[in-house]
Amino acid sequence: MITLVRIRRNGLGIIGLILAGAAILAAFAAPLLAPHDPLNADFTQSLKPPGTAGHPWGTDQLGRDLLSRVIYGARIALFIGLCTVLLTAVVGGVLGLLAGYFGGWPGAVLMRLVDVQLSFPFIFLALTINAIVGLGLRNIIISLAAAGWVVYARVVRGEVLSVKQREYVHAAAALGMGRGRILFRHVLPNVLPSIIIVASLQFSQFIVAEAAISFLGFGVQPPTPAWGSMLSESRDHLYVAWWLAAFPGAALAVTALGINLVGDWLRDVLDPKFRA
Amino acid sequence: MRAYLVSRLGQTLLVVFLSLTAVFFLARLGGDPVLLFLPMDIQAKDLNEFRQRLGFNDPLPVQYARFMSGALRGDFGESLRYKQDALGLVLERLPATLRLGGAALLLTFCLAIPVGVVSAMKRGSVWDYLGMGGAVLGQAIPGFWLGLMLIYLFSVRLGWLPTGGTGGPLHYVMPVLVLGAFYAARMARLTRSSVLDTLGEDFILTARAKGLAELVVVGKHTLKNAAIPIVTLAGLETGQLLGGAVITETIFAWPGVGRLTVQALLNRDFPLVLAAVFIASLTYTLLNLVVDLLYGWIDPRTRKS
Repeated sequence: MITLVRIRRNGLGIIGLILAGAAILAAFAAPLLAPHDPLNADFTQSLKPPGTAGHPWGTDQLGRDLLSRVIYGARIALFIGLCTVLLTAVVGGVLGLLAGYFGGWPGAVLMRLVDVQLSFPFIFLALTINAIVGLGLRNIIISLAAAGWVVYARVVRGEVLSVKQREYVHAAAALGMGRGRILFRHVLPNVLPSIIIVASLQFSQFIVAEAAISFLGFGVQPPTPAWGSMLSESRDHLYVAWWLAAFPGAALAVTALGINLVGDWLRDVLDPKFRA
Repeated sequence: MRAYLVSRLGQTLLVVFLSLTAVFFLARLGGDPVLLFLPMDIQAKDLNEFRQRLGFNDPLPVQYARFMSGALRGDFGESLRYKQDALGLVLERLPATLRLGGAALLLTFCLAIPVGVVSAMKRGSVWDYLGMGGAVLGQAIPGFWLGLMLIYLFSVRLGWLPTGGTGGPLHYVMPVLVLGAFYAARMARLTRSSVLDTLGEDFILTARAKGLAELVVVGKHTLKNAAIPIVTLAGLETGQLLGGAVITETIFAWPGVGRLTVQALLNRDFPLVLAAVFIASLTYTLLNLVVDLLYGWIDPRTRKS
């Protein structure tokens, strides 16, 4: 029974790897895969349905090739997701490590701040920050990171509090090892799996949140081919051109699904606590 | 119990106070709201007069003190766009959001708990695969895309449902489905794993060994013990529903707080944004308090003395 479950889980993990791999491939090889320039407008070809010669997924209101735009959209989505995950993991991870290891009043104050921030819906927070700091690629990454780092801080601090009570940490301290060295040589490697699990779970959340914020008119602005802003533009043409909404959204859903499945699988592999 | 309540209410006030402070300073750092709000060709003299009237020429600490003393009395100033009391505007929209959120929560419970329980009881069966497959998909499909696709299918193609706005019960169908789908998916997965955990406990074995009917074992012994993580998630999710409402209300032109907030942010209508943040943080923290009190009711072990 257990082997059966493992195989089924791994099966889902492989599906996830394939889906996420497709998105990564699209992002890296976009210039090779895309049949057209994603920004190239051609008014004689506007709103052509899928299957039109030269435009397998049709064209948008400006006659731009939809397939090319969706492929380039993978670049934007994964770039934003990756930058945000790295930024939040480093900032939240370091703050969580310090708060857990040294504690004291700065740690307590930091954790109060984390509690307050966690008492807000993530998307609402990211949206508000983005509306205030401004639009564009760089600012959406800053907004998502500012809203998302708290999760790492809380998880890492909790882990550090338990790890620092272990015998090998006490032994290292008794041998006269410096606190900084203990922190990086003994504590960090033991909380790293938690950081990776949180990162994999946050990755797709960030990608979907970016699309949602761009969809609402903030974040990445047209004509940049981001899936969220493409969906936002598609609303004006929903009555005549279903494909403008269908394909970018499907790409987003498939990417999010793939990353989620990989994340679930990673969690099973890395953390025996979650193994059901 | 009373001391606990008092300290929790104190925490709620602290959260609301800190959120208002953060948004106030962020908003002021973000630039001059007046410039963004007035027409491009306005004279410098008029601009300055407008600033003076709204108090944007004063030093920041003075502005902050004035804002906070107003907020304490429930006065967030006038909306820059609607020229009405900002808090009043938000409160006017609150019932619509609560109706939508309540209906979505109801759908979440009615859908997720039966699906999760059946999946756990019939582990490995077709029902389990169908239920959990649906849940994984439901978690991955972004709400705003689901909304667009539903509008295309049911409003544009079939003409069965209105594209948006409020009115009869038909107006509820798509927004509630979109808002509830994501949370139902998560809750179904959690219900399944929580029920599976409980089924492995010794007291379930005892109950079965006693020869109790399966319905009693599941209904009385399992569900009651599996409820704690489900209630925790429900509490967290209820708050997140407020975030989801921002998107759902915008797609379906639902006249609630979420859509009002998005418009206020787009217009840089700061009094309105701050009033919305106030109501959102207050609602969210009070919901969390209610959930924590519910624990004590469900699980007497966690009851505070």
